[in-house]
Amino acid sequence: MSIVANFDLYAPRLVNKEEYFVHGHRACQGCAEALAIRLMCKALGKDAVIINATGCMEVVSSLYPTTAWKLPWLHVAFPNSAAAGSGVSAALKVLRRKGKISDRPVKAVSIGGDGGTFDIGLQALSGAMERGHDLLYVCFDNEAYMNTGIQRSGATPFGASTTTHPAGPASTGKSAWKKNLTEIMIAHNVPYVATACPSYPIDFIRKVEKAKKVKGPAFIHVLAVCPTGWRCASEKAISMGRLASETGVFPIYEVVDGKYSLTIKHDKLRPVADYLKLQGRFRHLSPDMVKQVQERVVQEYNKLLDKVDNLHAWSELKG
Amino acid sequence: MKQVLEGSQAVAEAVKLARVDVISAYPITPQTHIVERLSDFGAEGKISAKYLRVESEHSALAALIGAATGGARTFTSTSSQGLALMHELLHWASGARLPIVMAEVNRALAPGWNIWADQTDSLAQRDTGWIQLYCENSQEVLDSTLIAYNLAETVNLPAMIILDAFYLSHTYEPVDVPEQDLVDRFLPSLKPKFQIDQDDPQAFSSLVTPNAYMEMRYNIAQAMDETISQLDSIEGKFHDIFGRRYGAIESVQCEDADIVMVTSGTITSTCRQVIRDLRAQGEKVGLCKIKMFRPFPIDAIRSTLQNANKIAVIDRNFSFGATGIFAQEIRAALCNLPRRPLVFGYVAGLGGRDVTTGIIESIYRCTKDTDVPLSESIWIGLQEVSDGRARS
Repeated sequence: MSIVANFDLYAPRLVNKEEYFVHGHRACQGCAEALAIRLMCKALGKDAVIINATGCMEVVSSLYPTTAWKLPWLHVAFPNSAAAGSGVSAALKVLRRKGKISDRPVKAVSIGGDGGTFDIGLQALSGAMERGHDLLYVCFDNEAYMNTGIQRSGATPFGASTTTHPAGPASTGKSAWKKNLTEIMIAHNVPYVATACPSYPIDFIRKVEKAKKVKGPAFIHVLAVCPTGWRCASEKAISMGRLASETGVFPIYEVVDGKYSLTIKHDKLRPVADYLKLQGRFRHLSPDMVKQVQERVVQEYNKLLDKVDNLHAWSELKG
Repeated sequence: MKQVLEGSQAVAEAVKLARVDVISAYPITPQTHIVERLSDFGAEGKISAKYLRVESEHSALAALIGAATGGARTFTSTSSQGLALMHELLHWASGARLPIVMAEVNRALAPGWNIWADQTDSLAQRDTGWIQLYCENSQEVLDSTLIAYNLAETVNLPAMIILDAFYLSHTYEPVDVPEQDLVDRFLPSLKPKFQIDQDDPQAFSSLVTPNAYMEMRYNIAQAMDETISQLDSIEGKFHDIFGRRYGAIESVQCEDADIVMVTSGTITSTCRQVIRDLRAQGEKVGLCKIKMFRPFPIDAIRSTLQNANKIAVIDRNFSFGATGIFAQEIRAALCNLPRRPLVFGYVAGLGGRDVTTGIIESIYRCTKDTDVPLSESIWIGLQEVSDGRARS
């Protein structure tokens, strides 16, 4: 039985069959970010507006006069998709109240890559989350400035070789560790924060559906495997995302009103070497550096498990 | 009804009367009285706008770009460093053809750190595609804000109402605040030419290749050109209802003048007095106030200035490596005329230094007594000069 026929059999019960991010865009072969966007849109449905920071997805999807989007879509520069999204959210709210647009609720959804979120857009994101707009922000993190050609960002992992911090005789790639953006969002007391990966499509779709229902700010951090920038085989994009989860490099969890839970669990973490060795950006790492990465990943994972085990939902902590 | 208002408060009254949907702003002196007054209106339930207290000026304008694309009538206000921080998105607002209105209180740029009047902040944004209206008094501020909404929404370009720090933003004057029903007649609710619509989804601000970008820019240029004639007809409508109009420029006794002084902002009011005094002494002097700087009303400026022998432009701003910015534009506007007056460029009042009647009269005397300009820019009132340039 073909995959398509198989899809028709069981998927309608799990996944919206409508497509809002369609074929014809110019993403690279094996781009997991394009897949993630497609899944996000299915989960959002018709009543959403996408506010897109400058980046890969803006460039590949919008070449005038074409568009891959079947939702209203707005691009507003690099550092400010969260600020522009808060304006869209405010306008829709006030115009509905004044009876100038139809009364049905429409979700403002700001999206950005890791550069537009971790780095240049962090201030605008922090402001929007603090103000508490009815706004979902989804960060599609491919761990470097891929649109401009694989430059290092605050989301680039330790040791990765990029075009602005390449490995060489006098360099071992990025010398700092990846910024923990998800924790920064949790520190804003955002009621729904999650990590996700399109390698676990149903988990991701359910999280978007949950986030959409929040009447306030919500944040999802999506790991988007980038075969071009990670220098790995394009057909490995899905399995690479699974390896990121299975090794503990990118744990998949959610935080609902302060309560942590792992939504993708593994009995035992695989060694990080299984993940690193498949990617050209890490090919220069010495065994010592791989060991360093391994120790850090386990430490971070244990910190997360500690929160899963010990932190309570805010409602349980009322005086 | 007449009220005694600061220029800042006049802006806020106009924003209330315009029934703005979304306000987004970040505090900076000397713009704060505008946003504080609007905040009071909100707290008192006098306006129904959604007010976003954003974390930067960059985000203030970004939020309005989102809101205006959503179909909302929008307002922001800033000064100086804040306007400079917005620069990227000033281009964006005009490129996206959004009729956002901003009140910009002219303030000097740092360093040295200076909160007083200086036009270099807004004039440095002259190429961003915003309509720029420089105001002289609080009544003009209120009226121009209402006119700016009508104008911006007609041509789909953003508009800046510009007022001098403190001399106008913080000075109380009697202002006729119009009735709401009359304002509603002049400025009906916004009917966006495009907006976010779930039933007709569109992509805004896409990637554009060289084969379409130039045409989009040309469309903006055409809209700017159209703004000059639209101002005339919109002010006609305003005059029919409220009995006041201003024009892109105002000419005072220029018809027979040998020397015409060119001013903008609050220096104009002081210059009016100087013109009266000098005329009483028999001097053939006129005044050309430039209210609209973008688009630059070249035809009106040519016809007003071409018969004078000398033009004295007073700039409370400076473009380093060039000259005062109004002087540049006046020279460019006149250069292709068969008979051109001499243009004397004077730089005065930077960083809020007072430009008194005495200073303006000395500028007139210097222009009258000199056959040709001694330099392209004559700095007035410098306490130390080392290069022999004229001083008063």
